[in-house]
Amino acid sequence: MSRVLRAPVAIVAPAMLAGVVALLPLIYLMDASLSQGFGAAVREIIDARTTILLIRTILLTLIVTTLCVMVGTINAWLVVRSSLPFRPVLLILLAMPLAIPSYLSAFAWVSWIPTMKGFFGASIVLTLASYPYVMLPVAAMLRSADPMLEDIARSLGVGAYSAILQVTLKQVAPAIWAGSLLVALYVVSDFGAVATMRLETFTWVIYGAYRAGFNPTRAATLALMLVALALLLILLEKRLRTRVSQRIGSGTARSTVRRAPLTVVAPASIIAITSLGFGIGVPLISSIRWARNGTATTDWSEVFGTIISSFWIGLLTGTATVLLALPVGILLARFKGPLANITEGSVFVTHSLPGVVVALSVVYLGINLVRPLYQQLPLLIFGQVIIFLPLVVGAVRTSIEQSRIALEDVSRSLGVSRMATIFRVTIPLAVPGIAAGGALAVLGAMKELPTTLILRPTSVETLATSIWKHSVVSDFGAVGPYAVALMFLAALPTALLSHVAVAKSVK
Amino acid sequence: MKLCNRSNLRVTSFALLLAMFSACSGTTTETAGSTTAVQTNGETITIYSGRNETLMSALFTQFSNETGVKLEVRYGDSGELAALLLTEGDKSPADIFFAQDAGALGAVESAGLLSPLPSDVTDAVDAKFRSKNGKWVATSGRARVLIYNPDLVASPPASLDDLLDPKFEKKIGYAPSNASWQSFVTALRLTRGEAGARAWLTGLAANKPIAYEKNGAVRDAVNSGEISLGLINHYYLYELISKIGADKVVAKNHFFKDQDAGSLVNIAGVGVLASSKKTEAALSMVRYLLSVAGQSYFAGKTFEYPMTPGVIQFVSLPSLMELNSPPIDLADLKTIEETQELLERVGLLTK
Repeated sequence: MSRVLRAPVAIVAPAMLAGVVALLPLIYLMDASLSQGFGAAVREIIDARTTILLIRTILLTLIVTTLCVMVGTINAWLVVRSSLPFRPVLLILLAMPLAIPSYLSAFAWVSWIPTMKGFFGASIVLTLASYPYVMLPVAAMLRSADPMLEDIARSLGVGAYSAILQVTLKQVAPAIWAGSLLVALYVVSDFGAVATMRLETFTWVIYGAYRAGFNPTRAATLALMLVALALLLILLEKRLRTRVSQRIGSGTARSTVRRAPLTVVAPASIIAITSLGFGIGVPLISSIRWARNGTATTDWSEVFGTIISSFWIGLLTGTATVLLALPVGILLARFKGPLANITEGSVFVTHSLPGVVVALSVVYLGINLVRPLYQQLPLLIFGQVIIFLPLVVGAVRTSIEQSRIALEDVSRSLGVSRMATIFRVTIPLAVPGIAAGGALAVLGAMKELPTTLILRPTSVETLATSIWKHSVVSDFGAVGPYAVALMFLAALPTALLSHVAVAKSVK
Repeated sequence: MKLCNRSNLRVTSFALLLAMFSACSGTTTETAGSTTAVQTNGETITIYSGRNETLMSALFTQFSNETGVKLEVRYGDSGELAALLLTEGDKSPADIFFAQDAGALGAVESAGLLSPLPSDVTDAVDAKFRSKNGKWVATSGRARVLIYNPDLVASPPASLDDLLDPKFEKKIGYAPSNASWQSFVTALRLTRGEAGARAWLTGLAANKPIAYEKNGAVRDAVNSGEISLGLINHYYLYELISKIGADKVVAKNHFFKDQDAGSLVNIAGVGVLASSKKTEAALSMVRYLLSVAGQSYFAGKTFEYPMTPGVIQFVSLPSLMELNSPPIDLADLKTIEETQELLERVGLLTK
């Protein structure tokens, strides 16, 4: 795009603030990593075991991301382009794995098939947990992409498969890359699945260094390596994404649904059914089984109380994250340039950090700088905002990029100021994306365990902490009601998210 | 909770009876407890508890009711709470660190974050089960045992090395991700050295032991005859007995009593933070945990070993001294990370 505009200060300043907030964990990590001297940090990095970890983590990331691209894109195609019945419902159901914390689904799998432990099991669970990150943006983009190109290819004698691969796939490539980045960063930072599957990856060892090694220096150094890995992934994604040209207008509204041949729909449906059965069926059935075994001893008022607190913490995190993400999204979508690039990098780079690292950095900053707020709600929300900021920024950015810039030009030509145009045109047009992003943050906050455990006000219990509390004692039945409640509560933002992100009308 | 069934109520009330009985004789700790209670009435202290809420909350409530000291309890994983304390440093809001294992206490102690305990507290506990510098004391003990099924093995193996006999191939159960197993292997490294520990573990791996998610599952597998032997802690057996009744439990505990890692007694313990400004109230909590009431609670509710004399165990267990636990500094159990590395190398961790 050739439009280079200078961003108004009212956008730049809060966007940069968001970048700084996201980078705060680095202060703690640097301090902790270098606390034993530079040499100790270097020794940790060149350790032979670190290399093995690095290779294993990269391999896992690569495999899961590839699987997610395949599963996510096929599912997206099925719910947008095929002529299957009940597609809107199918879309919402296919997004539901987002509502299930990785530690729960991994545990459900292991208790069903104990031999699944290790690399294989971790890949499966992580793929099932994160393919919606690819599916949702791809489905949204498919909906707004011009189906005419595929029709032209077909009319020129190209087969159904080839038309999809050569034409449609290229149209949605930016969404695939953006989704892949989120998946990759998620895989790098996830602890629940790899811990349950007992696969030694970076996060596993980082947790081990804190919990079993009592060695914050080692943990911080390894975490910094994850940040470097994230930086590489971000640069890679940026390169791949900007190579693809984007459609400028949104064209004439036309139905995107095509009657695809059975040879395409049948295998795609099998993938979708498998995603549903494995992604939500297995954890849901396990949790209900646990719940039925443990109902006699469940304190329902406690379950109800934790539902309320999970709801509020989710809502507060969602609101705070959206407020911080909005200026960043506008900056990235409308004012491309070095400043936007730097802000984008800052916001995304700490997304590779496991929850415990973010939580301890907030502890470090909180106890030293804002002591009265320590172990209070604002600091918990603050920690969650750092974690979920990139998800919301991504959703807001995509949404603004897809809305018609011409409408903003019209507004400006009528004498409306730049800021007023942003408030009256840009933001209202991006409402679906903003809502979707907010829902992602709400969802994430409800599921997040390590941050909540470490930063929560003493004696506040959420669904996630209750699941943890009851799973530590050998009696697993008590976990069931909380697990089921968490899945159903998290299903609400997930439904909202998949609905608004995709069901947006073609403008 | 499952511990509330009838047979358990019976043992608990028995333990309470014993507590009342022995409270009459154990007057020294009682007086110490009540004098501090007067000075600290109404104060609120903060505990970081690595011990689980479902097990501990009743004891904490009991303490508050009896002493008037209010408690703010922050529950977490012992290791994670240690990491939290190390990050907070001298600004920590915590007054007390109550940990599930000696390793976490050792780590916080070596960062200089614990204050020395008065001698009436340290003297109450055997030197083997407290910090060398008097900065933390054990509050209860868990003995490692070999649980066995007498229908399958007439007499249990006499030592850890006998477990390596090929006749036990695929017959031994363990819980690789469990902290108590990893503490046991750490003790093995401390008693036999790195090479010795590695040799034993390689031998065990050759016998293809069966991995379970939790110690309870190992116990159940031994009791059902799925496997013959299991390396777990002593109280899992009594948990099962109180749950399903002694007549349905076949499995038995074997105590090695040979100063080897198989005889390890790991502890849960407590220390007072050096940064605490409520030391007196904090100490009243520590004294309470060591009092007859506190000790009986552990013996009755968790079937653990009490740490002070005067509290009688209600199940017939070899005495703490009889167990002949290895002569190691329990604080050295903090080297669990090296243990995990070793376990990964011999293929016993990530399988």
